[in-house]
Amino acid sequence: MSSPRRRPSRRRGRRSPLATIALIALGLVFTGSGYAAFSAVSAGDTAVAVSQESVERGQKLFAANCATCHGMSLEGTEAGPTLIGVGAASVDFQVGTGRMPLANTGPQAPEKPNLFSEEDVQAMADYVASVSPGPGLPEEEYLQTTGDATRGAELFRINCAMCHNVAGAGGALTEGKYAPSLKGTSAKHIYEAMVTGPQNMPVFSDANLTPEDKRDIITALKYQEETPAPGGFELGALGPVAEGLFAWIFGLGAIVALTVWITARAN
Amino acid sequence: MTGAVSSYIDERTSISGFVKLMGRKVFPDHWSFMLGEVALWCFVIILVTGTFLTFFFQASMAEVVYEGSYTPLKGLEMSAAMASTLDISFDVRGGLLVRQIHHWAALLFIASIMLHMARVFFTGAFRKPRELNWVIGFVMWILAMGEGFTGYSLPDDLLSGNGLRIIDGLIKGIPVVGTWISYLLFGGEFPGTQIIGRLYTLHILLLPALLVALVGLHMVFLIVHKHTQFPGPGRTNDNVVGYPILPVYGAKMGGTFFIVFGVIVAIAALFAINPIWNYGPYDPSPVSAGTQPDWYIGFADGALRLVPPGWEFVLFDTWTVSMNILAPIIAITIWIVAVMFYPFIEQWITGDRREHHLADRPRNVPTRTAIGVAGIVYYGAMFVAASSDLIATHFKMSMENVIHILQFTLIAGPFIAYFITKRICLALQKKDRELVLHGYESGRIVRLPGGEFIEVHQPLDEYERWRLVDFNDYKPLMVRPNSRGQINPLERVRAGLSRWFFEDRIAPVTAGELARAHDGHDSGSTHANELATAGQGVGGPPHTNP
Repeated sequence: MSSPRRRPSRRRGRRSPLATIALIALGLVFTGSGYAAFSAVSAGDTAVAVSQESVERGQKLFAANCATCHGMSLEGTEAGPTLIGVGAASVDFQVGTGRMPLANTGPQAPEKPNLFSEEDVQAMADYVASVSPGPGLPEEEYLQTTGDATRGAELFRINCAMCHNVAGAGGALTEGKYAPSLKGTSAKHIYEAMVTGPQNMPVFSDANLTPEDKRDIITALKYQEETPAPGGFELGALGPVAEGLFAWIFGLGAIVALTVWITARAN
Repeated sequence: MTGAVSSYIDERTSISGFVKLMGRKVFPDHWSFMLGEVALWCFVIILVTGTFLTFFFQASMAEVVYEGSYTPLKGLEMSAAMASTLDISFDVRGGLLVRQIHHWAALLFIASIMLHMARVFFTGAFRKPRELNWVIGFVMWILAMGEGFTGYSLPDDLLSGNGLRIIDGLIKGIPVVGTWISYLLFGGEFPGTQIIGRLYTLHILLLPALLVALVGLHMVFLIVHKHTQFPGPGRTNDNVVGYPILPVYGAKMGGTFFIVFGVIVAIAALFAINPIWNYGPYDPSPVSAGTQPDWYIGFADGALRLVPPGWEFVLFDTWTVSMNILAPIIAITIWIVAVMFYPFIEQWITGDRREHHLADRPRNVPTRTAIGVAGIVYYGAMFVAASSDLIATHFKMSMENVIHILQFTLIAGPFIAYFITKRICLALQKKDRELVLHGYESGRIVRLPGGEFIEVHQPLDEYERWRLVDFNDYKPLMVRPNSRGQINPLERVRAGLSRWFFEDRIAPVTAGELARAHDGHDSGSTHANELATAGQGVGGPPHTNP
C-alpha cells in the first residue's frame, strides 16, 4: 500500500535473472512451509528471528485468552481445534481481525474490533509458531499493490468471486455461514487468509496461487477499493438485487409521489 | 404566424377535425391512472437512449484484446461486445450516463407496467369492453421482460453470461426438444459465437417493433373505450368526468414525461447500475456470489431456488426428467397464464356481460381483491427467493431457513393472504356501511329531555355518500337448466365458483335503509336494528342509488 497510483502492469520475464532466482527460492520456502503446515509433516521451522521474551509473553497471553478452548499446549479441546501447525500467519489473521478470541459460538466467527496491541498479537503468533512450525507472516514484498491488477482481477474472479462476490462485497454460504466482505481488509490479512484458509475458506497454497498471484489479487482488490466507483454510488456493489430494490422503492416511489402531485387538485 | 402555419397544415391534412376531437377528449383525474403513462414515457426514454447506444455497441463475440481506459481489464481478451460496452462506459463522452439511464429506465419501465397492471386488476378495469386491452397489455409486459433480458445479456460480461447459462439450462431441461432448441438458439453448444448477435437483433429490432405496434393498439383501445373512472357524484357508466386533453391533460402528459425523465436521469447520474467492469468478461468457469437477474426475471430465478433437491428422476432407465427445472417452469406458467386469462375467467364465473366504465373500489369486490393479493404473494415468494443469499447475509439467517420459509410462503402464503385480504375487504365495507348509515362519530354527547344520553353522529355529505354506495351488488348465479331441460355439469361448476365469488358480501346501502337510519336518530334502540341489517351475507333489496 505504498502509493495509490498504479504503475503499468509489470510483465514477467523483465526481471533480472537474480530476482527470478530469489523468487524461486522464496517460492520454495513458502511452498515448503505451506506443505509443512497442511500435511502435518514437520518440514523445518520458518520462523525468522523470534525473541525468547516475545514467546514467553505470548505464552502468557495464550494461556489467559485462548487456552480455554484450544488447550494449554495447543492440543485443542472439545470447544476448539488444535493449533499445532497453524503457524504465525493464522494467529495474526484470527486475532488481528478480532475473530479470535470468540465472543460466542455461532455458525462462524465474525470480524470484530481487535482488542490486542500489535505486540500482543505478534507475541501470541510467535508463541504458537514456536510450539510447532506453520505458515509464517507474509513478506512485505507480496503485500504491495504494485502487481498486475488485470491478472489479479481475473484470478479473483476464478478463485474467490463465487463466495466473496466479484466486487469483494461478500456472499452467503450454507447453514448461516458466509464469505465476508473484503472492503477494508488489510493486504496482510488478505494474504494470510489465502495462505491459512480460515474457517470455511479453502487454503490457497503457493502451488495453487503463487505469492506473485496473491500479490496481484491484493493489487486488484486494493484498486477496486481505492478507486472511486466510475458509475456513482455502488449500492453496496451487491448486484441486481440492490438495484431492483432501489428502483422500486426510490425510483418508482419518487415517480408515484410525483403523479400524486400532478393529479392533485388545486384548492 | 401560428395561425398561418396551422392553416397551411390543415389545408393539406385536414387535421383540425382530429385535433378538435382529441383535444376535447376527457380524462378522469386520479394518480393511479398515470401509471400506464409513466410506463409509456419510460419506454420513450429507453428508445432514445438505446438509439444512442447502438451507435457505439458492437454485437459481436469476436475476441479482441481490451486496450481502453479501465486499467484492471487492460490487456484482457474479451468479446467485442464486452469491449465496446466498456468503451461506451469509459471512452465515449456521456456514454456511461446514457447506459445507466437506459438500464434504470428499463427497471422502472417494467416496474411501472406491473404497478399499472395491479391498478387495472384491483379496480376491475379489465372488465368488458376492455378484456382485449388487458391481453395486449399482458403481451407487452412479457415483451418488456424479453427486452430486459436480451438487453441484460448483450454486454457479454460475467453476470449476463451466467444468466444466459441458466436460460440455456432451463431450455435443455425441457424433455425431448430442449437440447435441440438450445443448439438452435446458440448456434451450437453454449455459449458459441452467435448468441450476442441474435439477441441484439431481437433487442433492437423485433421486440421494440412489436412493442411500438402494441403500444399504438393499446392507446387506440384506450381512446375507443374511454378511460374508466372511480364512482362519484355525477359519474355514471355512460359519461367521463375529468379534464380535456387540451389544454389540461396535454400539459399534464408533457409534464409527466419531463418529470419521469428527470427522475431517471437523476438516479442514473448518482447511482451505478450493472458495473460490468467489476464483473469482467464472460468466462464459463467463474460464477460470482450475488449473481442474480434483473428484478423482473427474479421470479424465475427464485422459482429455481425454491425447488427441493432430488426431484429429477430417470424414466425407463433412459430419459432423465428434470423436475427440478420443469417444476419451476410449470409453477411460473400457471401463474402467467392465470394473469392473462383472468378477465375471461372472472366473466365466466360472474356471468356479468355488461359493459363497465366505473372502476371498482378494491374493497367492494372482496374475492377478486383477495385473489389478486394471493397472486402477488405467490409471485412475491418466488421473487424474494431470488435474493435468498443476500437475505441470509444481511439478516443473519441461514440460507436454508430462508429457502424453507419462502417454500412455505409459496404454497401456504396465497391461501393465508386470500383469507386475510377478503376479511379486511369485508370489514372495510362494513365500515363504509356504518359511515353511510350513521355518519362520523362527532364525540358530542347529548342528554335528551327523558334523561337518555346519545352521541350525535355527523352525517356524510351527499358527495361522499355517493362514493360509498355506488357499486354493483352481485348475487351468486343460480343453476338453471338449458333449453333441453338439462343441467350441464359445467354449469354446476360455474354456479359453485360463483357462490365462492359472491357468497360473502356486503350489500350497498339502499335509499330505504338510509331513510330509516335517519329517522331513527331520536331513539337509541334503532341502533341495534341497524347493526343487524349491516351484518354480512344479507342479500337485501335490489340496489338503487340514493
